[in-house]
Amino acid sequence: MSLLKVEKFRLWGLVPMVAGIVGLGILPFFARAYLIEVVMMYFIYIILAQSYRLIVTIHDWQLYHIVLYGVGAYTSGMLAKDLGIPVFAAIPLGGAMAALVGVAITLPLLRTKGWGFYIATYGLAELIRLSWLKFRNPFGGSTGIINIPWPPVLGGIDFSDGIPYYYFSLAVMLAVMYMLYRIENSQIGDSFKAISMDPELAASTGIDIPRHRLMACAIGGFFAGIAGGLLVHRLGAVDPKLFNIVTMMYLLIWVVVGGTKTFWGPVIGVSVMHTLFELSRPLIEIRPAFFGLTMILVLIFLPGGIGSLITKAVDRFRRSQILPAGKAE
Amino acid sequence: MNSQLLIQTTANAIAASGMYALIAVGLTLAFGVMQMANLAHGHFFMVSAYTVYALYALAGWPFWWAVVAAVVVGGVLGLIVERAIFRPLQGDVVSGFIATMGLMFVFEVLVGEIWGWGLSKPIPSPYMHAVSFMGASVAFQRVLLIPFAVVSIGGLMFFMRYFRLGRALRAVAQDPEAAALQGININKMTALALSIAGAYAGLAGGLMSTIYAVTPSLGGHLILPALIVVVVGGMGSIGGATLAAVIFGFVITFVSTLVDGVTAVMVSVTVMAIVLAIKPQGLMGRVIA
Repeated sequence: MSLLKVEKFRLWGLVPMVAGIVGLGILPFFARAYLIEVVMMYFIYIILAQSYRLIVTIHDWQLYHIVLYGVGAYTSGMLAKDLGIPVFAAIPLGGAMAALVGVAITLPLLRTKGWGFYIATYGLAELIRLSWLKFRNPFGGSTGIINIPWPPVLGGIDFSDGIPYYYFSLAVMLAVMYMLYRIENSQIGDSFKAISMDPELAASTGIDIPRHRLMACAIGGFFAGIAGGLLVHRLGAVDPKLFNIVTMMYLLIWVVVGGTKTFWGPVIGVSVMHTLFELSRPLIEIRPAFFGLTMILVLIFLPGGIGSLITKAVDRFRRSQILPAGKAE
Repeated sequence: MNSQLLIQTTANAIAASGMYALIAVGLTLAFGVMQMANLAHGHFFMVSAYTVYALYALAGWPFWWAVVAAVVVGGVLGLIVERAIFRPLQGDVVSGFIATMGLMFVFEVLVGEIWGWGLSKPIPSPYMHAVSFMGASVAFQRVLLIPFAVVSIGGLMFFMRYFRLGRALRAVAQDPEAAALQGININKMTALALSIAGAYAGLAGGLMSTIYAVTPSLGGHLILPALIVVVVGGMGSIGGATLAAVIFGFVITFVSTLVDGVTAVMVSVTVMAIVLAIKPQGLMGRVIA
C-alpha cells in the first residue's frame, strides 16, 4: 500500500516538469516578440546555473564560470565570423574551448584549497577578461566584436528568426539538463559528492581528487561555453563588460537563492531572481543592493535555498500521507 | 625611463606598498582568525574615504580629525560585519565569502545613493606641496602614508607577539577549540580581529582619500590587488602580507607607469598563479588554507 503511494508521488513529481515544458513549448503562439526574447535569456541562464551547480557539487566555488561563458561566446562568434564556420558547428567548438580554458586555469591551482582557490580563480578570470580588453586584435578591445553571423536557414527554417531560435535554445537547454542530470546520478556524480563531503575519506577509497576536479570544471566549462554560443548568435555582438564580476555575482545569487543541494534548485533560483531582476528595471540604481541583501539573508536564514523548502514540504506531505495519523515521527 | 621618472615611480611604489600593506594586513588577520573571508574589505576603504570627504571637504573638520573618524568608521563597520554576517555563518568559509560579496553591492548602492554616483569627489589635499628628492618631486600626501604604514603594521606585529590579547588572537587562529578551552572568548576575538581589520582599511582609506578618485566603485577596484597580496603572502600571515604588499606595490606601480593599468593587473595575476603553482600555501603561509 505505502510503496504504491510512494511510486504515485514520484509520478506526481513529473507533473510540474511536464507542465513547464509544455508551457514553454506553446508560449510563442501567444506571446509578444519581446517576451520571447526575455524567456530565451532564461534558457541561457539556466544552462549557466545548472552547469555551475555541477562544479559546486564538488565544492569548487570557482569565480571564472562567467568568463568561460564569455570564452564560449568569443570563440563561437569569432569562428563563425572570421573563419566562416557554420554557426551550429561553432557553438559546440566554443564549448570545447571553454572546457579547455577551464582546465588550463584550474591546473596551476589544484594544490591550493579553500579561500586561496576562490581568490585565485577570480584573479585568473580577470586575466582572461582583461586580455579581451587589452588585445584589440583579435578581440576588439572594450567595444568587443560586432556583426557576428546569425544562425543559417536549415531545412527551410530560418534560425535567425526569434521563434525558431527560441525552440532551438529550449531544445539545447533541455538536452543540457538531461545530460547534467545523468552525470549527477552516475558514478562520477557520486564521486563529486563524496569529495565535497569528505575529501580525505574519498581519496582513501581510491577516488582521484585532482582528476575529478578537472573533470567537473571541464564538463561545467563546456556547458557554460555552449550557453555563451547561444547568447552570441542571438545578440550578434559580444564585449568584455558582459562577463565581469558583477555578472558572476548574479550567477552566485541565482545558485545560492535556488539552493545547490537539489538538482532543480538553480532552475528555481534563475526563475525567481531573474524575474525579480526584470521587474525591478525602474529601480535600476538600488537593484544591486536588494540582490546583495537577498543573498546575505538567504545564506544566513535559509542555507539550502528555496529548493530545500520545496524538498521539505514534499517530504512532510509524503510522510503525512504514508504514515497513519498520530504515528508520524 | 630617465632617472627622474625612476625615482618618482619608486617613491610612488613605496607609497602604494604601504597602502596595500595596510589593506592586506587586516584582510589576512581576519582570515587567520576563524577563516573570515571578507570580500567587502575594499569597501571599508571606500566608505572611510567618503567619511573624510564628508567631514573634511564638506563639513570643514580639520583633516586629521577626519582621518581619526575614518579609522573609527572602519572599525565599527568591521564590528557590524562580524556580528551580522560572520558570526551567524561561523566557520563556513564559502558562505562568508559569498555573503560579503553581496555586501559589496549593498555598500556601493548605499554610498552612491547618499553621495551620488558618477564623478569622483574632489577632496583638496591639506598638504599641497611636494617633496623634492634627487630631482624628482613626490606629493607630500603620498609620502605621508609611509610612516603611518610602518608604525601601524610594526605595532600590530608587536601587539600580536607581546600582548595577552594578541597572543589570544594567535591562539584562536591556530586552534579555535583549544583556545576556547583555555577560556578565550572566540566571539570577542573574531570581533576584535575584524574591527582591527576595518580600522586599518579605514586608516588607509582616510589617508589616501585625497589621492584616489573617490567613487562608489573604488572598493571594487582595490579588492583584487589586496586579495592577491593576501593569497601570495600566505593566508593569515601578517609578515607574508607585508612582504607581498611590497612586491605588488612595485609590480603594479611600475607596470602601470610603463604600460597601463590593465596590464598591471594582468601581470600581477600571472605572478600570483606562478607563486601558487609552486607554493600553494603562499610565500609565508604555514598551512594550505
